[in-house]
Amino acid sequence: MGYAWNWSVLLSATPSGETTFLGWLLAGLQWTLGLSLAAWLVALIIGTLFGVLRTVPNRWLRGVATTYVEIFRNVPLLVQLFIWYFVLPELLPSTWGSAIKQSDPLMQQFIAAWLCLFCFTGARVCEQVRGGIESLPGGQRNAALALGLTLPQTYRQVLLPMAFRIIVPPLTSEFLNIFKNSAVASTIGLIELSRQAQQLVDYTAQPYEAFIAVTLLYALINVVVMLAMRWVEATTRFPGFVGGR
Amino acid sequence: MYEFDWSSIPGALPILAKGMSVTLELTLTAIAVGIVWGALLAMARLSGKPWLSWPAATYVNVFRAIPLVMVILWFYLIVPALLQQLLHVQASTDIRMASALVAFSLFESAYYAEIIRAGIQSVPKGQVAAAQALGMPYAQVMRWVVLPQALRNMTPLLLTQAIILFQDTSLVYVIGLADFFGAAYKVGDRDGRLVELLLFAGLIYFVICYAVSWLVKNLQRKSVA
Amino acid sequence: MIVYDKVSKWYGSFQVLTECSTQVRRGEVVVICGPSGSGKSTLIKCANGLEPFQAGEITVDGISVGAPGTNLPKLRSRIGMVFQHFELFPHLSIMANLTIAQVKVLGRRPDEAAEKGLQLLDRVGLRALADKHPGQLSGGQQQRVAIARALAMDPICMLFDEPTSALDPEMINEVLDVMVELAREGMTMMCVSHEMGFARKVAHRVIFMDQGRIVEDAPTEEFFGAPRSERAQQFLSKILRH
Repeated sequence: MGYAWNWSVLLSATPSGETTFLGWLLAGLQWTLGLSLAAWLVALIIGTLFGVLRTVPNRWLRGVATTYVEIFRNVPLLVQLFIWYFVLPELLPSTWGSAIKQSDPLMQQFIAAWLCLFCFTGARVCEQVRGGIESLPGGQRNAALALGLTLPQTYRQVLLPMAFRIIVPPLTSEFLNIFKNSAVASTIGLIELSRQAQQLVDYTAQPYEAFIAVTLLYALINVVVMLAMRWVEATTRFPGFVGGR
Repeated sequence: MYEFDWSSIPGALPILAKGMSVTLELTLTAIAVGIVWGALLAMARLSGKPWLSWPAATYVNVFRAIPLVMVILWFYLIVPALLQQLLHVQASTDIRMASALVAFSLFESAYYAEIIRAGIQSVPKGQVAAAQALGMPYAQVMRWVVLPQALRNMTPLLLTQAIILFQDTSLVYVIGLADFFGAAYKVGDRDGRLVELLLFAGLIYFVICYAVSWLVKNLQRKSVA
Repeated sequence: MIVYDKVSKWYGSFQVLTECSTQVRRGEVVVICGPSGSGKSTLIKCANGLEPFQAGEITVDGISVGAPGTNLPKLRSRIGMVFQHFELFPHLSIMANLTIAQVKVLGRRPDEAAEKGLQLLDRVGLRALADKHPGQLSGGQQQRVAIARALAMDPICMLFDEPTSALDPEMINEVLDVMVELAREGMTMMCVSHEMGFARKVAHRVIFMDQGRIVEDAPTEEFFGAPRSERAQQFLSKILRH
């Protein structure tokens, strides 16, 4: 094959001269990490909240949570992102809308991507939390109530601590997904990791090096997340239960 | 307040329908190839032979580690260059559809492989032992005992993955292919009616996905009963 | 203490309880038996409002269970309940299982609650297991802890929902012994159980249920001596034959 490998291209200076191409990649990595972690934090909170609502006795609260999940699960991520980015500012009162449009474009991109990712992932976390709660024996809820615990106490003290331990593995894969899903932010111009890969291809004409480097960075994120979650699983484990000591 | 104007949608329906046919072609091809190639990968991983299971595991893990957007770009930007060098294809040939079909098929295989592997592993070991005790050789154990049960267990997941895949095909936007979403975006951009077209596209995706997942849920309930 | 007045309950259009009336006086031990699906468990779960009912009234210590204004958590904290599948909280240690409701519901100080917990563990003979988790205990041990957990709330009465039917045979007696002792101390008890030996030994009355109705409600000797209803006779002959 006639391809001339040249890994040193990563260390050569960019056209603007301030940094190397590797520096570009690392800057992209920072955006990917910042966006994903910020969105994951909120997704966990609203996912837990709606997951609980999906299992409460009150049918109206359940209906609200179900509607949230169905909307965000049944529309493609990219369409959601474009709606947050292009449509939302138009539908807000015009003073807000123009304030948004005049703000820093990078901020606009970041906020839209953040809203999009946490709503989308929140719906998936919600379903995991619901599944976790429903997988507990029904007697647990009854036993807690029979002791006089209120419904919120029952969730806080008994159902959620158990449910979260059960759903660590599926939550791990949602956590991994949010980093991968953050790559859609490149479509609205956020210069995160995968967008930097495209830039590198454009500027260096060494596509293989650029893509392999970026793939490795994503793989690295994967490994770190898996190790972190394995640590979480090990430290929250208790004796006498599945996988317990 | 924003004033909606939906008038550009009726005239754009033929373009949108054409886009939907691209979306479906991508989805169905990736499902078909994904299940076959995925099943082979799953069996390779479970074979217990390192020279089979190791490459299969690597394939699955690599594809599952990288974003689909990257994979689509990989196949669009890089693989064609390779093919052009190898086969001397004209550089001007439009390879977007072909590269998307290949990208989705290979990418989805990794996900289907994991679903199928989990399905096979969900069949209790006692079932294998019982079948072997009846004198069945390995192939028969798989064919008559393990796979029918595994298939039953994994059907809902296979269908759910198909819905996700259907949604994910919208990502071919990054290589400018006019699938349903791409077509809607182009029309909206052309007529200055992006708001309406994006909402319309969202609605159509919602209706289709909601209906199919409702069917899947009912199917699940029936198979449990 | 516990009064059922014409209690009826439906799941959709299916009636699970039909006009059940009975009462359990202070210090009385009542055993409820009957074929599976006869509504026994549902009947006692109505007493602390774990199962809602649509008609009739239940009062416990003068407080109506079904009335909209009733503070159910508060009422439940005064009624002890023991479940068929123990339902200890698996993520908490044995001690934490015994103290959590004392602290969160009754507002006791943690050290006070722990002292009470140890005292009750002593009583069921499991003090040594205070720091274990439920998954590390045998079924019989778990059920004894569950009884201690209910007693830690200083209940005015105890509900037992088939407390021995999920146990291996060799563990049934260790649980029954605790229950017999409790009955002898004068605890008000309502027990769904098929342990007729236990019923004979400590029950003041036996209630027999079939198809959601209370078919027979008689003093223990009378019930075992000469059950009036044919169904109860059939049931007894089936479970006493062995």
